[in-house]
Parts: sequence; C-alpha cells; structure tokens
Amino acid sequence: MSSTNRTAAETQALVTRSLARRYRAERRFRFYGLTAVLAGLVFVVFLFGTIFAQGLSVFQQSYVKIEVFYDPEIIDPAGTRNPDDLVTADYQALVRASLKARFPEIEGRRDLRELYGLVSSAASIELQQRITSDPSAIGTRETRWVLADDTVDMLIKGRVARNAPEDERRLSDQQVNWIAALERDGALALRFNRAFFSNGDSRDPEQAGVRGALIGSLLTLFITLVLSFPIGVGAAVYLEEFAPRNRLTDIIEVNINNLAAVPSIVFGLLGLAMFIGFFGLPRSAPLVGGFVLTLLTLPTIIIASRAALKAVPPSIREAALGMGASRLQMVAHHVLPLAVPGMLTGAIIGMARALGESAPLLMIGMVAFIVEVPQGVFDPATALPVQVFLWSDLPERGFIERTSGAIIVLLLFLLVMNATAVLLRNKFEKRW
Amino acid sequence: MNDAPKTTIGTITVAEPVFSCRNVDVYYGDKHAIKNVNIDIGRKQVLAMIGPSGCGKSTFLRCLNRMNDTIVGARVEGNITLDGQDIHDKQQDVVQLRARVGMVFQKPNPFPKSIYENVAYGPRIHGLAANRGELDEIVNQSLRRAGLWEEVKDRLNQPGTSLSGGQQQRLCIARTIAVNPEVILMDEPCSALDPIATARIEDLIDELRESYAICIVTHSMQQAARVSQRTAYFHLGDLVEVGDTNLIFTNPQAKLTEDYITGRFG
Repeated sequence: MSSTNRTAAETQALVTRSLARRYRAERRFRFYGLTAVLAGLVFVVFLFGTIFAQGLSVFQQSYVKIEVFYDPEIIDPAGTRNPDDLVTADYQALVRASLKARFPEIEGRRDLRELYGLVSSAASIELQQRITSDPSAIGTRETRWVLADDTVDMLIKGRVARNAPEDERRLSDQQVNWIAALERDGALALRFNRAFFSNGDSRDPEQAGVRGALIGSLLTLFITLVLSFPIGVGAAVYLEEFAPRNRLTDIIEVNINNLAAVPSIVFGLLGLAMFIGFFGLPRSAPLVGGFVLTLLTLPTIIIASRAALKAVPPSIREAALGMGASRLQMVAHHVLPLAVPGMLTGAIIGMARALGESAPLLMIGMVAFIVEVPQGVFDPATALPVQVFLWSDLPERGFIERTSGAIIVLLLFLLVMNATAVLLRNKFEKRW
Repeated sequence: MNDAPKTTIGTITVAEPVFSCRNVDVYYGDKHAIKNVNIDIGRKQVLAMIGPSGCGKSTFLRCLNRMNDTIVGARVEGNITLDGQDIHDKQQDVVQLRARVGMVFQKPNPFPKSIYENVAYGPRIHGLAANRGELDEIVNQSLRRAGLWEEVKDRLNQPGTSLSGGQQQRLCIARTIAVNPEVILMDEPCSALDPIATARIEDLIDELRESYAICIVTHSMQQAARVSQRTAYFHLGDLVEVGDTNLIFTNPQAKLTEDYITGRFG
C-alpha cells in the first residue's frame, strides 16, 4: 500500500500509534529530568547537612565562671599603678588563685597543672585588659566568665566521649571529674561565642575567630567592586556601542572571552609579579587582593554587560537616534537604563566568584597567620576562603568545628551580598 | 542587462523642493540596494513610496535622515540636498539633520518612560524649552496636534508603552513634531495597526501636511492613494515611476507600475 492513498481511518490509526510512542518518550524525558534534580538536591542537602552539623556548634563556646580577686600584691606590689607594670603583671596567677580557691583539695604540681589547663590562656589576657583599662578595680573581687580550654569545650559539646579510655582523650579522668563538678555548680556552661566574632586567627582553637578574615574579605571585595564594576561597564559600553568593528576589536573580544576561562591561580601569579614585584605594593594586603580579584572578575562583568547591552531592542536605539540624540545620549538615556539589570547580574556572578576565590590570594601572601584584625586596605589580612583553607589543615578538634563555622559565615556573607544585588536589580528592572 | 539602472518615468522634479536627490546609490556590502535614484520632495505635501517588499523604499527613506549611517557596511553615494545643502557635507551635523528630519517607525517604539517624558525628550536634548512652563506647552501642543491630548491628558505620567498600538504610534508622531522638524519620514507607520487606528493616523497625516513635508512608505495602495499627493514606485532598487498620485493610480506609464497597482504581483 503506498502512503499516498490511505483512507482517513488508516491515517488516524497510524497517528494514534505514533502518539503513544511520543508520550512514552516524554514520560521518559521527564523522569530523567526529575532524577537529575533529585540527585542535585541530595548532594546539596548532604553538603549543607555536614557543614551545619559540624559547624553550628561554633556559635556557642564553653565558659568557666571564676571568682577573681584582683590581688594588689600580685598585680602591683610596688603600689605605683605604673601602666607599664600593670601590663606586664602576672595575671595568670590571678586565674590560678581563683581556680585553686574553687578546688582547695587539689595539691601537687602535676595535678595543679592539670587543673589550670581547664581554662584558656585567653583568661589572663582578658584580666589584663580589664585592669589596664580600669586600674581602680585592683583590690576588688569580681565574678567573670572566661573561656575554657578547647579540650574542655570539645568534651562539653560531646565531640569527645567522657567514658572513652583515658589514653584516647586529651583530658585525664580527674580533669573530667572536675569538669563534672563545675557543671553541677553551673560554673561551666555553653554561652554565645563572642570570641569567634571578635578575634582574629589564633593557635588556640578557643581563641580563634573569623573577624580578621571577614574584615579582610570585606575590604578585598570592596576594592574589587569599586574597580571592576565601573571598568567592566565602561569597557563593555565602549566595545559594544562605540568601538569600530575591525580586526583589533575582534582580537580584543576573543581575548576577553579567553581571560574569563583562565585559571585563577594565574591571576595570582600575575598579581604577585606585577603589583608586589614591580609596583612594590605590600604583601598580604587587601588592596593587592582586590586588584587581583578585579583582574579575575573583569572578563565576567564585561561579557555579561555586553550581553545586556546587546539585548536592548534596536527599536529603542532607532527611536533615540531618529529624535536626533547623539550616540552618547542614546546610550546614557535609553540603552544603559535598560541594560543595568543585566549588568548587575554579571556583577553578582563576578563578585560571588571573587568572594570564593582562595588560590590567587595564596599567591599574594594573604595566607599568612595573622592575628590582628586589619584596620585598612594596606594591613596584612586573610580572606574567609583562605581562613577555611588554613584551619582545615590544623589537627585540633576545635579547628574542625571552626572550619565549618567559617564556611557558614562565608555562605551567609554570600547570601547577604547576593540578596542585596538581587534587590538592587529588581529595583532597576521596573519595566514599563 | 538587468542590473543596469533604469530611467525613471514621470516627473521627478517639483518647484522649490525641500529634498533634492540626484544619482543616489546605496550598497549593503556587495548588495546594490538602491540604483541611481533621482527625485525631489516637495514642501507641504505627502510623497508616498510604494513597491514590493525588498524594493528599497525603506532604504531610500533612511537615506534622508542618514539613519543608514548606523548600519555596518551600508554605503550611500550620490547627492542629497536639504534646502540646497548637501546632507553628507562635512559641515552637516547628523544630530542637527535628524532634528530637522523626524522619523516615525514601522513598529510603535515609545521610550520606556512616561508619556510626558516621551514627548519632552526631543525638546529637552535640543534645548528648545527655556523652562518647565515652555516644555509643558510644547508637550501639550504636540499631543494636541497628534490628536492624542484628549485621551492622555489625565495620565501624562503613565508609561508610554501602556497605550494601545494606535495611541503609541500617535505618541511617536507627537514626539517627532515636538522638535518642529521640516520633514517627517514615516516607515509603514500603520502596518502594525487596526483599520480604525490606521484611519486616525491617516487623518493626522492629512492635517500635518499643512505644515510639514511628509514622506511615507506604505504597502497599502489605498493608503497611498488616500493620503499622498505624489507617489513613487520602487522596484528592485530602481525608482520606476514617480508622479501625481492621481496619475499614477489612474494612468500608470510604466508596465511594472501598472502590474503592481492592478495587483498582478507584489
């Protein structure tokens, strides 16, 4: 039977048969899509699940309540209240004295050393700051909550089992008993972890905080945004609206597209050679970090901005030119306002990438161990991803928690930054 | 040979022309889009340009305010004078030219701004109004002359794109006449409109003819017959015939014109 002279009924039968095949194909395709989405979701849930399970506990920290007596005999035996003497006084003795007062039955150097080990070395620094800022407190008594040692903290948080054999934990059996006694008194408890948000890096897990890295990231990204958005948009506007179409602009275009795919560590090496080696800018500085990340984000912003400019309907351009607007007026009055949302999208993508970059920052020395919180763009600093990298390398259990905690802070930073940019974009996207 | 420019039949000259075009050729890259066109455009009258798609009538229209400058690879040769002055002259500023020769496009293209801002844009960039009061007056006058005032006077701050298609096109005309041009070019202004909106635009063209020279490209021969005083027939880049609209439609001289207007092709 030739295909040209079928009856209507035969044709319909063929169509029905092919319909079933088409629907089967469609169901299959939907199933594949759904599977892919579910697989993605599982990975995301797993990722966030582990990070939050590991890291949420960092927002609380074990503190010990001590009755401290600011003994004039220890702090200022001479009684001169000389600020230099106040700074160098033996504040650790005050902490020890108050601990010994709490456990008078403990004697012997070994046992006492174990007892003193329950409290972080940050405690004496805290007392020192208390006295140097207010010397009139000397001779008074005070109840203070001071940081417990990270081994105590891990035990309180249940990261280390209390009934594990003694040689498998860093606390001795009698230390565990003292901890239990302190807990019974309400003198050892989990409180909000101020130190994590107010300190820079430290070798002691209980004293290590993200403030230095957070400020470092903020300063670096500020430099990046201030440089890359105007330069990127300017380059895109010139290339798209004003540049002649010739060999040179073709080469520039190809190169910009290639730059977007260059591994970020190469930009780090470039920054090291150019900004630090040639221009002699300081190492580890957010300024140089910002320069390097600007190089990294520029191609992204230029490409996105050019796409946004291309998407502006030609009828608007014709209308403006037909009214006698100059080229610049056409761009400034009509094309740019319509392209800004797309440009902001490019900026969001670029800045998000810049925030998460660690490799180029390693190259320019933002990986150093820096305790001080940076005060400006010339101060040495690290960035959040680099801090995550640094902590992930350390053996103490407390740093495992802090690694995840820093990742949570990084994610929150990203969320806030992107939410701001999306809000801005929606504001500009008001279409008529 | 087919490619050789044909001689135009009919009267290409008018007394006191506003535009005078001689030996105009347009190339898009290798494509010869307009071949040796000679035509005058008269004051206070409507010239309709008709012809099948791709015949070059829009291309020719866009020569008159140098909109072809914006197309990469487009090249215009020949001599086009506006009030005796060559528009391709180095002295001639293209921005000034476009202020003198306004254009209305095929698809209504109001700016994504308010109705007021749409009309005020031209006067503003050209500095035609000394203060807000004068600007208000220009907007008011332009909208009135475009026959849109009554419909939009209570919502000048609403977006121009919220209007209907016909209203948008009248807004574009109001925007064009707000800078008080000498010539208005219209590129199929009614092709996206329904018959009622089309009739309103045609009435408007009739009124505007009192003050401006108007060039209109149209696919509707009825429209050409209704609104124009002169008609030019383009075919594959050649200006085949030009003359009084009455003559063209009742007694075409060229075979091609006759075939087109009687509907044998096109």
